[in-house]
Amino acid sequence: MALTENIGEATLSGLAYVGNLARLAGQAGYFIFIAPFKGERLRLGRAVHQAMAVGVEALPIISLITFFVGTILALQSAYELRKFGALQFVASAVAISMTRELGPLMTAIVVIGRSGSAFAAEIGTMKVNEEIDALETMALDPVRFLMTPKLLAMLLMMPCLTTWADFMGVLGGSVFGVGGAGFTVGTYVRATLDALVLRDIVTGLVKSVMFGLVITAVGCHEGFSTGLGSEEVGRSTTRAVVQSIFLVVIVDLVFTALFYFTAPR
Amino acid sequence: MSEADKLGPAIAARNLRVQYGEREILHGISFDVPRNETVVILGGSGSGKSTLLRTLVGLERPSSGEIRICGKNIASLSPPEWDELRRKMGMSFQGGALFGSMTVGDNVALTLREHTQLEESTIEIVVRLKLEQVGLAGFGNYMPAQLSGGMKKRAAIARALAMDPEILFFDEPSAGLDPIIAAGIDNLILKLKKAFRMTVVVVTHELASAYLIADRMILLDKGVIVADGTTAELQASSHPRVRQFLDRVPEPELAEELDYLQMLTGDIPPPRK
Repeated sequence: MALTENIGEATLSGLAYVGNLARLAGQAGYFIFIAPFKGERLRLGRAVHQAMAVGVEALPIISLITFFVGTILALQSAYELRKFGALQFVASAVAISMTRELGPLMTAIVVIGRSGSAFAAEIGTMKVNEEIDALETMALDPVRFLMTPKLLAMLLMMPCLTTWADFMGVLGGSVFGVGGAGFTVGTYVRATLDALVLRDIVTGLVKSVMFGLVITAVGCHEGFSTGLGSEEVGRSTTRAVVQSIFLVVIVDLVFTALFYFTAPR
Repeated sequence: MSEADKLGPAIAARNLRVQYGEREILHGISFDVPRNETVVILGGSGSGKSTLLRTLVGLERPSSGEIRICGKNIASLSPPEWDELRRKMGMSFQGGALFGSMTVGDNVALTLREHTQLEESTIEIVVRLKLEQVGLAGFGNYMPAQLSGGMKKRAAIARALAMDPEILFFDEPSAGLDPIIAAGIDNLILKLKKAFRMTVVVVTHELASAYLIADRMILLDKGVIVADGTTAELQASSHPRVRQFLDRVPEPELAEELDYLQMLTGDIPPPRK
């Protein structure tokens, strides 16, 4: 009896959590997509500021990581492919796994570590210092004021970062391709372009937008639900990272399955 | 009868109850805050005075009872009406609650930029004026972290004054400040009250500052009002709890064995979320 109760309770609280995220994302989405048409000001300046922080400043680390992931991918696929003497497929293996899966996913992981945690820490600290209360007494909606610029920045920057990550991954793969699999730079690029169809890139970008939504919603939700006391900020930040990674993987699974079953054969 | 009296009290609370979860903090309290007067809400730690203030500014919802601010029942207001009313209220938080990512000047300018159509040059003048009023002229470009505790509190008051509010709320204005700085804040409140004829609500446990600034005092104890009257009335009161608070008599030791047992084994109330 206790077991089923526990399972039921965990399921309900999980659903409630997702519901809270959806409500928060819905509010922020309203301020981005609907409120501006009703004459309310969208804080573009702050969104640009956020876009610099979550996007541009993440470029070096994302470049480095995805470059190496591209090389690793080439090595791993070559390990299996050379058994069949099919090393010429390394380029397409790297291209397809980077654009469809690892480009968006690695970008999301880095962004969670850099920005998702920062959202939770920033909003959590404001909550502890009564700054969120101050916003409310000043008739400024905390979601509109704090979350909307972050969400707008994330929705714009995640596809950009992911595109760049795809490119760096292919570049990383080409190091092995040219150095160890008998490609020239020209043939590697040719093989990559032949292997990719638009759908591969688009599905990756759709995922990256969804990841951006999840990361922002979780980061801000954890920030807003921070309790009293500074140790709570640390706890929120940790929770934001763990929950974001988990939910990003779930969203990834759902969308990958969706794309698989809707793909033309 | 003056103009202010005809408009009714600035704040009227009737049978107000507030609870956190299962635990009731305020047990049905009623009081008026007359216009253009300074009311000090006194009470010890855990008396519910901070909760009362948070409820008055709308950060907590009462579980029953009603609050009228400027004659409007705040429970029945639509969100835009509530925002409109909030612009007439200024709140100075205990720790200042300045936005750490903005300069002091931007903190003061925030509501003006968000809620008015004023030109940027006008806003700058207003900001300088407000900072000057609280004795922080020239500190507009400092970050809150660069200010001392007393200066932060002054900056927070400047921010609360930005929209020329009709009602000003203070949460523990002198908490954590040395006596000289605290006296400076008291003087500032007196000055503002004289200059702008604002309604001021102050929550504090500092008796000295309460005597100095209050027109009326409300003494709160364990979620109920034990005294409500002018400063002179309170000082003349013979109510035991009032006398105990004003004469600074400590709680008697737990004498009864049963009380002591209850203290050891009784339910400890859950912490506030």
